[in-house]
Amino acid sequence: MKKFGLASVSALSLAATAFASSAQADDLTLCWAAWDPANALVELSKEFEAQSGHNMSFEFIPWPNFADRMLNELNSGGKLCDLLIGDSQWIGGGAENGHYVKLNDFFDAEGISMSDFADATVYAYSTWPKGTPNYYALPAMGDANGWFYRKDWFARDDIRAAFKEATGRELGEPKTQKEMLEIAQFFQGREIDGKKVYGAAIFTERGSEGITMGVTSALYPWGFKYENTPGSYDMEGAVNSPEAVEALEFYKEFYKTATPPGYTNSYMGESLDAFKSGQVAMAMNWFAFFPGLYADPNTGGDKIDFFVNPPQNQAGSTLGGQGISVVSYSDKKDAALEYIKWFANPDVQAKWWELGGYSAHNDVLNAPDFKDSAPFAGDFLMAMGAVQDFWQEPAYAELLLAMQKRIHDYVVADQGTAQEALDKLIEDWTEVFEDEGKL
Amino acid sequence: MSDTPVDRAATATPPRVARKIKGLSDRAIAWIFVGPTIFLLLAINIFPLIWTIKLSFTNFKANRIGREVKNIGFRNYERILTDSDIWLNMQATAHFLFWTIFFQVLIGFTLAYLINKKFKGNDLWTTIIVLPMMLSPAVVGNFWKFLYQPQIGLFNYVVAFFTGKDPSSFEMLGSVQLAPWSIVIVDTWMWTPFVMLICLAGLRSIPDYIYEAAEVDRASKLRQFFTITIPMVLPFLMLAVLFRGIENFKMFDLVVQLTGGGPGSTTELTSINLKREAFEKWRTGYASAYAIILFVTVFGLASIYVKALNKVKER
Repeated sequence: MKKFGLASVSALSLAATAFASSAQADDLTLCWAAWDPANALVELSKEFEAQSGHNMSFEFIPWPNFADRMLNELNSGGKLCDLLIGDSQWIGGGAENGHYVKLNDFFDAEGISMSDFADATVYAYSTWPKGTPNYYALPAMGDANGWFYRKDWFARDDIRAAFKEATGRELGEPKTQKEMLEIAQFFQGREIDGKKVYGAAIFTERGSEGITMGVTSALYPWGFKYENTPGSYDMEGAVNSPEAVEALEFYKEFYKTATPPGYTNSYMGESLDAFKSGQVAMAMNWFAFFPGLYADPNTGGDKIDFFVNPPQNQAGSTLGGQGISVVSYSDKKDAALEYIKWFANPDVQAKWWELGGYSAHNDVLNAPDFKDSAPFAGDFLMAMGAVQDFWQEPAYAELLLAMQKRIHDYVVADQGTAQEALDKLIEDWTEVFEDEGKL
Repeated sequence: MSDTPVDRAATATPPRVARKIKGLSDRAIAWIFVGPTIFLLLAINIFPLIWTIKLSFTNFKANRIGREVKNIGFRNYERILTDSDIWLNMQATAHFLFWTIFFQVLIGFTLAYLINKKFKGNDLWTTIIVLPMMLSPAVVGNFWKFLYQPQIGLFNYVVAFFTGKDPSSFEMLGSVQLAPWSIVIVDTWMWTPFVMLICLAGLRSIPDYIYEAAEVDRASKLRQFFTITIPMVLPFLMLAVLFRGIENFKMFDLVVQLTGGGPGSTTELTSINLKREAFEKWRTGYASAYAIILFVTVFGLASIYVKALNKVKER
């Protein structure tokens, strides 16, 4: 009896210990870029902390250093991040190099279905190899490159009359890329309220990904493709097609004739600054910034409106956004998975959108009132319906830097022709794929 | 019994240590002292160098640990030396190196010559002139970026004031023609004081009696300058050139802050390009070969230069 009693006590204590350890509060660190949506996520995560008892810490890195810092962290097997909201292009490297935990079994066990999320976001942010049901992330933040403009300037009678006289058509949101350039050129150097203003702020940054994200916003509407057949790495005739050459020439013309002086190395921050300081009539930037722009006391509210990246030969927007992954080097994977489970909840996703994050959950996106929930919500849906992303290969950094160089050389530094730039880009990319053993 | 410092140090040695050392030869004691330094040198300098040489013959990528590492012989070296883009980077580096040293020596020596004259406020001016050198390159890069801004930058307005041009009609950092000069201007602004200080040390080391003897011989000021000042300052000047040359060959922070290597690749110096290859593209094997080529270049040039410097000193 005594023996049985002792055994029972031991079993109970073991069970208690096991329970205590499973219910133990962990300190989780979530890594992401430092921008407006990150602040919304901090707010949102307070609910998770209250529910789970876990403590959330955040490591937000400024965008220009985000990729460098995080990829170094992953490559060195660092334990800084338990959860990482990484760029869509990192998914190939994250999966193949074992940085991200594969989430299929977890999704099955917890009843999380990828069909609850927008197809484009699942394809772009979660799957590797592309389009296969192998999931390494949950879509966390839908995003695309869009446009915003000075609605108050566009509404002024004197400006409208001048535009009509100059172009023969009414001033309004552009319906094509070429119309957009025409509007930007109209505003370039114009004096408004005694101040010289310029056409538009576009991306020209050289160091990280800026000019590539900008130029693809022109390339995709012209029908640019990375390969003739997906998965074949057959780029000749696709990357340097006549349409691609025309789109690249268009982007250069845009840069040369419709942007503010000194706009040679500009990305997200510079675009926001140019618009908020009343320097430009239009600007390109990620939808993620639109809630903040709309709330701006000087240039937001009635003074601003938004439009999707205009089509040319077809609709096309550059994909932004990220999925949330569990870092395989984390010692707190269980708690990190708990966070993912909580984040996938439709109610949490609805609150995420309310706070300024771009949910990719169908319940949020398909809600009848979604389009009217924000002045840019309808444009966001349109953009996400026609997004294209850069290569998501494990060698994406090499591919990206090659494009940064070739495009900047042509657009900003005036070296060679558009055809030569794209031909050289194919040479660079071919070399990378040969090194990778894919060609 | 004598009471020299050596005796006092010898008696101060604890008996236990003294007993242990007693059986050791002078050579062994020397090794004990030098050993840790040699070990650190091997671990921190020599081993990584050998490892880098080894990696330079492979296709290793530090971000792809599981990938098979193949020995590819001299392929990396061949690719680098036949890559026209890399030669453009080398050209940009040579342009930066030559003109920064040229202006720094010219202005630095002139300033040192003027400061060396005894006048009121001499020390204050010296302090003001050396201020740029004390700033962080990141800070200097950032504020010169603002100075060069075509719409609000002071630099453009100053140029516009003297030339009558529209300040926003030219872009120092965005123009292919002007960007290489814009980085030369900033580096010269920042590091001329360093050259000036070294030259000043050289000028102040010349004994007054040499000039007095020249005066007695009725040598003109110009003659004194070319036959006394220049030859006696030359070793100092050459040392300054060596320091600035090595520093500017590996210039990174200032230029990254100013132009990021742009526009296009106009100001992409070899160190910026090497960093991109090694830590952004993660082509470790390729970047190792690149680093070895640069190392051999700097080492070779520096060796030739040091020999020349020694010859000048011997004169």
